Amino acid sequence: MKEALLRRLAADRAQHRAVGLITDLESGRQLLLHPDEAVGDLALDPAAEAQARTWLMADRSGLLEVPGRRLFLQASMPAPRLVIVGAVHIAQALAPMAGLAGYAVTVVDPRRSFATDARFPDVILTSDWPDEALERLAPDVRTAIVTLTHDPKLDDPALTVALNSPAFYIGALGSRKTHGARLNRLKRAGFADADLARIHGPVGLSINALSPAEIAVAILGQITQVRRAGAKGPAAGEAASAEHAA
Amino acid sequence: MDRSEQDVIDQALAWRSEGRKVALATVIATWGSSPRPVGSQLAVDETGNMIGSVSGGCIEGAVVKEAQEIMAGAKPRLLDFGITNEQAWDVGLACGGKLQVYVEAVE
Repeated sequence: MKEALLRRLAADRAQHRAVGLITDLESGRQLLLHPDEAVGDLALDPAAEAQARTWLMADRSGLLEVPGRRLFLQASMPAPRLVIVGAVHIAQALAPMAGLAGYAVTVVDPRRSFATDARFPDVILTSDWPDEALERLAPDVRTAIVTLTHDPKLDDPALTVALNSPAFYIGALGSRKTHGARLNRLKRAGFADADLARIHGPVGLSINALSPAEIAVAILGQITQVRRAGAKGPAAGEAASAEHAA
Repeated sequence: MDRSEQDVIDQALAWRSEGRKVALATVIATWGSSPRPVGSQLAVDETGNMIGSVSGGCIEGAVVKEAQEIMAGAKPRLLDFGITNEQAWDVGLACGGKLQVYVEAVE
């Protein structure tokens, strides 16, 4: 692999650009595929390029289905995003854990005593009201949203924007009782049961979590479960299993 | 590709900037139970420093050995590991999975 091509790939990733690296496993020739251009010394016919672009946008790596050639696509999409509403103790654990799992994390809290850089290193912090912050962030299908404030004044506006977006995961902290009251408020605000069913509440997997860090594990576990639902190892001979019996 | 793969590429480039020889190994295909998905990467330098992974640790040793030859000037290679591969028993791919790994030098 040419070092210049690898440097270009690293720069694209650092700038959160979608980029695919295609390698001809016979010749070793390579091509960097962007949504709007292609650079490298590998020639690709239009059908193969179209398939590669489709796979890239689906964040799917694997051997392209091109007869007579062995072309491997390494897909690289911008990091998924996690927006945490509430700069609370659980958020202090969840933000770095989600960072390790590959998410670009934003923490939203208008209460300045909570949202301090000292409490949240390496995270984008915003002290806008949650609904304004979320509208500005424009959640897409690669965005997860978690509300942790327990305060309807902050959580409800955030959930309203979240429900009107295609975010792949919406979670809200609170007991069954708190969550029931929350759902009633949102219903009165005009949301249908099918909309409200998108909210994971009480938030997180049921793992008897107690401490803030354990609750963060439960939440990140559930986000992972939803994100990877139905995920199969692309180009696998059969369904890949994470069970590793070694 | 997620952040951990980005770290692999960044480290590979950092080694190159220090003037070291570097090889990159990438999981091309998997069958059965494989701990690392297609696209997972491992970078290695000429002194055997490693970052990333292409398995749960069972084949890294064998991959690094091949990588040394490729860094020394051999062509890129497509390696097969699995039950049917005697070498896999040597390196202990005990999970019963099969995988293909492409190893190339960064130059």
